[in-house]
Amino acid sequence: MTEQHPENPRPRGEALTAEDTFVRKHRRNWRGWKFVGPFAVVFTFVFVVPICYALYISFFQKKMIGGEQYVGFDNYSRLFADEQFWSAVGRVTIFTCVQVPIMLALAALMALAIDSMKLHGTKFFRIATFLPYAVPAVVSTLMWGFIYGSKYGLVGSLNSVLGTAFDVLSPDTLLAAIGNIVTWEFVGYNMLIFYSSLSTIPHSLYEAAAIDGATEWQIVKKIKLPEMKGSLAITVIFSIIGSFQLFNEPSVLQSIVPGNAITTYFTPNMYAYNLSFMGGQSNYAAALAIVMAIITMAIAYIVQLNSMKEQMK
Amino acid sequence: MSISTIIRGDAERRQSRRAQKSRMKKVSRDEARERKRYRRMGFSNPANPSRSVLLTVLSALMAVYCLFPLVWLLINVTKTQGDFVTTFGLGFGSTFALFDNIARVFQYQDGIFFRWFVNTILYVVAGAGGATLLAILGGYGLSKFRFPGRKAVFAVVIGAISVPGIALAVPQFLLFAKLGLTNTPWSMIIPSLISPFGLYLMWIFSDQAVPDELLEAARMDGASEFRTFFTISLPLLAPGIVTTALFTIVATWNNYFLPLIMLKDSDWYPLTIGLNQWNKQASTAGGEAIQNLVVTGSLITIIPLILAFLLLQRYWQSGLAAGAVKE
Amino acid sequence: MKSLTKMIAGGLSAVMLFSAAACGGSSGEAADGSSGQKVTLNVWGWEPLLKDVADAFEKENPNITIKITNAGTATDQYTALNNAISAGSGAPDVAQVEYYATAQYALSDSLKDLSEFGAKDYSDFYTPGPWSSVNINDKIYGLPLDSGPMAMFYNKEIFDKAGVTSAPTTMEEYYEAAKKIHALGSDYYITADSGEPAPEELMIWAAGGTPFKVDGENLTINLTDDAGTQEFAKWWQKLVDEGLIDTKTKRWSDDWSRKLNEGNIASLTIGAWMASMLDDQAPDGSGKWRVANTPTFDTKATNGEDGGSTLAIMSSTDKAEAAWKFIDFAAHGKGVKIRVDKGQFPADKASLSDSSFLTKTDPYFGDQKYNEVLSKAADDVNTKWQFLPYDVYARSIFSDTAGQATLGKITFKEALKNWQDQLVEYGKQQGYKVNE
Repeated sequence: MTEQHPENPRPRGEALTAEDTFVRKHRRNWRGWKFVGPFAVVFTFVFVVPICYALYISFFQKKMIGGEQYVGFDNYSRLFADEQFWSAVGRVTIFTCVQVPIMLALAALMALAIDSMKLHGTKFFRIATFLPYAVPAVVSTLMWGFIYGSKYGLVGSLNSVLGTAFDVLSPDTLLAAIGNIVTWEFVGYNMLIFYSSLSTIPHSLYEAAAIDGATEWQIVKKIKLPEMKGSLAITVIFSIIGSFQLFNEPSVLQSIVPGNAITTYFTPNMYAYNLSFMGGQSNYAAALAIVMAIITMAIAYIVQLNSMKEQMK
Repeated sequence: MSISTIIRGDAERRQSRRAQKSRMKKVSRDEARERKRYRRMGFSNPANPSRSVLLTVLSALMAVYCLFPLVWLLINVTKTQGDFVTTFGLGFGSTFALFDNIARVFQYQDGIFFRWFVNTILYVVAGAGGATLLAILGGYGLSKFRFPGRKAVFAVVIGAISVPGIALAVPQFLLFAKLGLTNTPWSMIIPSLISPFGLYLMWIFSDQAVPDELLEAARMDGASEFRTFFTISLPLLAPGIVTTALFTIVATWNNYFLPLIMLKDSDWYPLTIGLNQWNKQASTAGGEAIQNLVVTGSLITIIPLILAFLLLQRYWQSGLAAGAVKE
Repeated sequence: MKSLTKMIAGGLSAVMLFSAAACGGSSGEAADGSSGQKVTLNVWGWEPLLKDVADAFEKENPNITIKITNAGTATDQYTALNNAISAGSGAPDVAQVEYYATAQYALSDSLKDLSEFGAKDYSDFYTPGPWSSVNINDKIYGLPLDSGPMAMFYNKEIFDKAGVTSAPTTMEEYYEAAKKIHALGSDYYITADSGEPAPEELMIWAAGGTPFKVDGENLTINLTDDAGTQEFAKWWQKLVDEGLIDTKTKRWSDDWSRKLNEGNIASLTIGAWMASMLDDQAPDGSGKWRVANTPTFDTKATNGEDGGSTLAIMSSTDKAEAAWKFIDFAAHGKGVKIRVDKGQFPADKASLSDSSFLTKTDPYFGDQKYNEVLSKAADDVNTKWQFLPYDVYARSIFSDTAGQATLGKITFKEALKNWQDQLVEYGKQQGYKVNE
């Protein structure tokens, strides 16, 4: 290795420490930015600047009469006393706690099944599971809306066969109905992430394990599940963020459920939307966004602290 | 399978594809034979196990769940508007109007659907293509270099995507409006260039697919970082690139909220917004209900994605099969 | 980290530079098209027939080009409009605005007062309902394009089967009819309402209610004591309590049109424009449906408006002369006939009393001269009704509050009080003086 970098001047012939190996391998200098730079520039423009702007406007209030004025933390104190906001947070928290584990478990099981190579028609299953992800939310809701219809939908047909009067879109079961749509949409997406991490395991490892007399279940437990841990971390983080930002499904469903079933403060994102676009309260909505971001990050951080650390090694 | 394969000449590509195909066929034939042999011997090879009926049936339940709503879609594209609102959802209508519906989708409102289709392709090529490129570079950089601020990047990205997008829409819109970018394709393309998940995926792939020793060797030969990246790393990253492209394409193709805020001129609409506008037309005074066209348009919207997935999957799969990843 | 900081700082300063430039001024194309200079007008509207009107207008005014943009229907367009207004650029010259949203844009000075063009002289041209909606504080903020006086569309076949021989004219009769129709079967209802502003808020209007009063910066919000509002609450409470209204089916949903089609929802109190749309929603109802006037809450005939919109000129435009020419053509001149001939429900008296309009029949309505009924509906509109200056927001939270009553957990009185509380709070936040 020829040393050309002033920030790494180490005389030849000295014993290498572990730290040195690390440095040698990865050259600690600025040239990494050449690669990360383009992403960082666009990211700054699309995310960081608007977030800073949102933070800025969250300290103002705009009135139809009286115009705009600086109000300090008024929006934030109002938010903390806002029952509608907290009920929305509570609703997505419950949603996240139930829907995310179910969806990820299904995705992981499906990934294991496909990866086991024990299925007839593996390719078909991989595509079939992933297909819903390709369907736009507007279309998925149209389709599920039909299935859910308690009179003309499939649920309606089941009701007339079974003699029941089950109504999936009643306020009590609505959240579960939405959870089902979200699960349907994203189970294949998560399956693919799990699957791709499983397919990085060299087959020689399975062969070695089989020769050592390991059972199928042991291979899953000892080799496959640990390998999935890394992707589990990221699917959990992205799913939590996704659930806390629930918007598309309930807002499209609004056009088919009873008018009073999905309120404008059903989820924090819907609340922000209504405040901002119907109520002209962009400033208050900005404060809401900042608080939600902090809550989401805190939860994601607590849940996945360790695995994130691992990635940062 | 690598990027260079794609760049190579057409004839050569076809030839190599044919060779690849016959090779795959031979492999699967051999594998089937091997399974049979092993079964007779009462021994199971974990790399090529025998097929399980029970597991297939359980997975089939999952597949039914995933495909069922799409069956509804397939049935309903064959109906006229009248049949759509009057007949049972899972049964066919009195007339088979599929081809008529398809023709009308492309004729309605002076063929604006085709315009939306072209727009969507533009956004996908520029937006998702760019997003994939940025993610490749970024993920590779994060994986293979230790630079000041590296640890901050991941934290900042995760932090930023935790901010509810809806509330960001207003500042984003104002920013774009001040730059005069709203209601132009740029307002769709620029935000699509960022795919945090793609960045993460490429990071992981770079970690796994590109051995540090290989880079070290190249550096010792005096190759520049970009040269090393293009000649050595990129081919190794191909399977990851295809996967990332797949995710960014789907995300851009189905983006709904961004164009809703940024675009007003229906000449620039992507398919999702256009379809929703058609859907809402049924409840607008003076509007004509065209749910049959909405459903048909939806199917046409999904088909290219499914095709892209099937086509990309072949690269992706052969990439894995070629053992580019960690073997 | 230094370079990143620099990058962000650079980005920020670039943004600020741009924003300064954007505020600096817009290109001046101040012309009315008459001086021979070419003018392009940006018009935002979702009504499909605007295109026909624009074509005819361009033929007469070759110097003015009309560019129609469908920026989304109703609230979607308002979102785009609000964005453009707050960004200070990208707003159209002319926008289609529904009556209930007009006050909001007018009072925030986003719309031009049309008095300078002599719009006040048009007061006798339009029917009272639409005119009262654009005439705010003695200024005219738009020209009525179409209107939606409410009427009762009913399925005569189902009514006959239930033994309701004539369409109910009072709420008392309506209630009796509802009972008879529900007796046909547990899934037969006189109408559907799942706690939405249409029909509920509109029924308050039709009942002669005046819960909102706007006088400059002073608002009165009185849902709890207003006579008309309470009259509505009383009747609707009774109908909901006895399970005579379908409270599960949302307007415009797939189930809704199927139930209309099969007669499970036997009537609708809805805007007159429904006459041209019902055949799309309920194709099998052909020949069965009829039109009658909205049942009255007391003996006095009052009515409300459901929908309808105006063409308004944005105050930010620098092409006001040309814009006026266009809206005058579309909503006062030849454009009226173009649209009415194609089924649009008119907002002007002349079209409504035109004999070819009044004698129009349709086999869908059993060859009834349905426009006679609808024309009377337009005359009966309660013109004392006022919209709040933030009615778009008020309607958006209607289902959160007032609409909860149809769920049966709280009464209409309590639900309306909740709506009032939130409206009062919002009004105060926005700087209004609010009396309850």
